[in-house]
Amino acid sequence: MVNAPLHIITLVKWVPDAQLERRYNAEGRIDRAEGVLSELDEYPLEAALQLREAAADREVRVTALTMGPAGASTAAKKALQIGADDAYQLTDEALIGADIWASSVALKAAVETVAGAGEFDSGEPEYLVLTGMASEEGESGAIPAQLAERLGAHVVTYATGLELTPDRLVVTRSGGTESQKVAVAMPAVVSVTDQANDPRYPNFKAIMAAKKKPLTRLSLADIGLRAEEVTARVRVLSTTARPPRTAGEIITDEGDAGLKVVEFLAKERLL
Amino acid sequence: MSNVLVFFDVLGDALSPTQRELIAQAQSLGEVHVAVGAYQGDPTPALAIAGLGEVYLAETSLPAPEVAVVDLLETAVAECEAEVILGSSTADITDALARLAVRLDTGIICGVAALNGELIATKSELAGSYTTTSQLIPGPGRPLVATFKPNSLDPQRVDALLHAGDQPDGTVLPVRPSEGGVEILERTALKVSARPALAEARVVVAGGRGVEGDFTPLEDLADELGAGLGASRAATDAGWIEHAAQVGQTGVTVSPQLYISAGISGAIQQRAGMQTAGTIVAINKDEDAPVFEIADFGVVGDLHEVIPQMIEELRRRKG
Ligand SMILES: Cc1cc2nc3c(=O)[nH]c(=O)nc-3n(C[C@H](O)[C@H](O)[C@H](O)COP(=O)(O)OP(=O)(O)OC[C@H]3O[C@@H](n4cnc5c(N)ncnc54)[C@H](O)[C@@H]3O)c2cc1C
Ligand SMILES: Nc1ncnc2c1ncn2[C@@H]1O[C@H](COP(=O)(O)O)[C@@H](O)[C@H]1O
Repeated sequence: MVNAPLHIITLVKWVPDAQLERRYNAEGRIDRAEGVLSELDEYPLEAALQLREAAADREVRVTALTMGPAGASTAAKKALQIGADDAYQLTDEALIGADIWASSVALKAAVETVAGAGEFDSGEPEYLVLTGMASEEGESGAIPAQLAERLGAHVVTYATGLELTPDRLVVTRSGGTESQKVAVAMPAVVSVTDQANDPRYPNFKAIMAAKKKPLTRLSLADIGLRAEEVTARVRVLSTTARPPRTAGEIITDEGDAGLKVVEFLAKERLL
Repeated sequence: MSNVLVFFDVLGDALSPTQRELIAQAQSLGEVHVAVGAYQGDPTPALAIAGLGEVYLAETSLPAPEVAVVDLLETAVAECEAEVILGSSTADITDALARLAVRLDTGIICGVAALNGELIATKSELAGSYTTTSQLIPGPGRPLVATFKPNSLDPQRVDALLHAGDQPDGTVLPVRPSEGGVEILERTALKVSARPALAEARVVVAGGRGVEGDFTPLEDLADELGAGLGASRAATDAGWIEHAAQVGQTGVTVSPQLYISAGISGAIQQRAGMQTAGTIVAINKDEDAPVFEIADFGVVGDLHEVIPQMIEELRRRKG
């Protein structure tokens, strides 16, 4: 169907700030008392906004979806300020300690709920899920493919460029040894890298406007799942803080530092 | 003894160092079988390694992002009754193994550094600030799917562990390319540098914003040392060097014997990609740059003076 409305669901994660000390708690879980919208999830959001802006003759809605503890609502709010039309936060005690397997089960049901809730003026929408290339703290990059497998959607990962055509999305991506241009049909899950664009900052007007946009909280029950369906498949046995690397000898260049570096390399048998 | 299935998304004329490392890791767990996605001609000569079991292929080569590799893997797992399925932690392999884990209804552990006989995975977390161990929660018919971070084993150790063997026969499974969905419009090979591949280089020379646009001094130093050439995101974003050279959280992870960092401040995301280097040498004109916290030898100075002098001294010594 040409020019069917498009519902872009961007996944945004609330993660501990990498600029601060990040740690594991006694239960072997990352301490999530505080956090920020993952910077790597600003790129898919920006990509979604650019697709919406470029589609003059097509109804495009951008929805932000986050899954996380109470504080994760700040990630959803930030996404609204940056420019999402509406936002959803999936939060449930049963999701504490979710691994990749459980997260993709929950996100799949959440995406279906969110896609089903969207009402469009111009007909039945197609949907597109955009994600970051990886979670800033977990760094697995496995969620996009798992989500696609569960949704029965196509998947393209590590997109560096996205462009809508009437019936498909054309994605530029970098496979290990080659750059590829691929066309993907909807529904699709596409992960977007930090090479794709320069995310915008919310301005004052956008921050004020965001207060009026809807932010809906979902529980597991709201997306039709029971706690037993999201038990993790992997358990963490131990977490050990690694002693930081210690600094060695630091010299100030007095005109001979180049010689001294080479001397050091020779002494350490590194030449 | 367990059956282990190793997945190679692409197999060329010879195994890459990363692929050899993966076989070495897998052989410590059980009998190793291999599934190959994309190849040209006959891929089996590259797999002439002692002790290898079956080599599984689809009816035709399956280059990424062909999703039929997941069908190939699923069929191969059933054929060899694999209890462990391993691949490298690259994008295309992670995609395939993540989907496989959904089909097998089992857990996946990504970015593993080591896996012991009890299938306990050790990995580095939070940009290297933690080491964790984790394990699949056992369940009937649930194999472990894991991706390995390259460079976790010493290459000499890998050489000692692998022995040449007979060329195996390939087993062709009834798997064909998928139809529709994702169509490749264009493929462009990325330029390969004549220098050692970053992820495998024994020495890496990397430059950041302080290089101020001209990588020539760093290239010269790299060539003098037989090193791979890396960069910070500030340098790749500025377009001074190709993105493939980026070291760090969203770039390449390197683990060389020697890492020489020049004009790089040492942000956590950059450190995430290089802090397991054996020896770190840092050159930065700001004495408070965080990179000095992890440097074994640091020079507070201008890289445009220090590096040419290093090159000259290296040449003199060789001379
Ligand atoms: C989610 C995320 C992922 C990221 N991923 C990566 C990644 O993978 N890799 C990466 O590198 N960054 C990454 N970054 C960016 C990272 O945070 C830093 O911004 C980046 O590493 C800075 O690069 P730099 O050190 O070259 O530049 P700067 O921080 O600007 O530092 C330049 C340094 O050069 C020194 N200098 C200047 N002139 C000279 C001279 N003549 N001689 C000697 N020294 C000089 C300065 O004192 C300064 O310390 C990421 C950031 C985020 C948020
Ligand atoms: N809890 C979550 N909430 C929202 N999005 C998530 C969550 N976990 C993962 N994602 C999305 O999936 C991407 C890849 O994450 P990962 O596979 O965990 O590295 C992230 O960049 C997010 O876009």
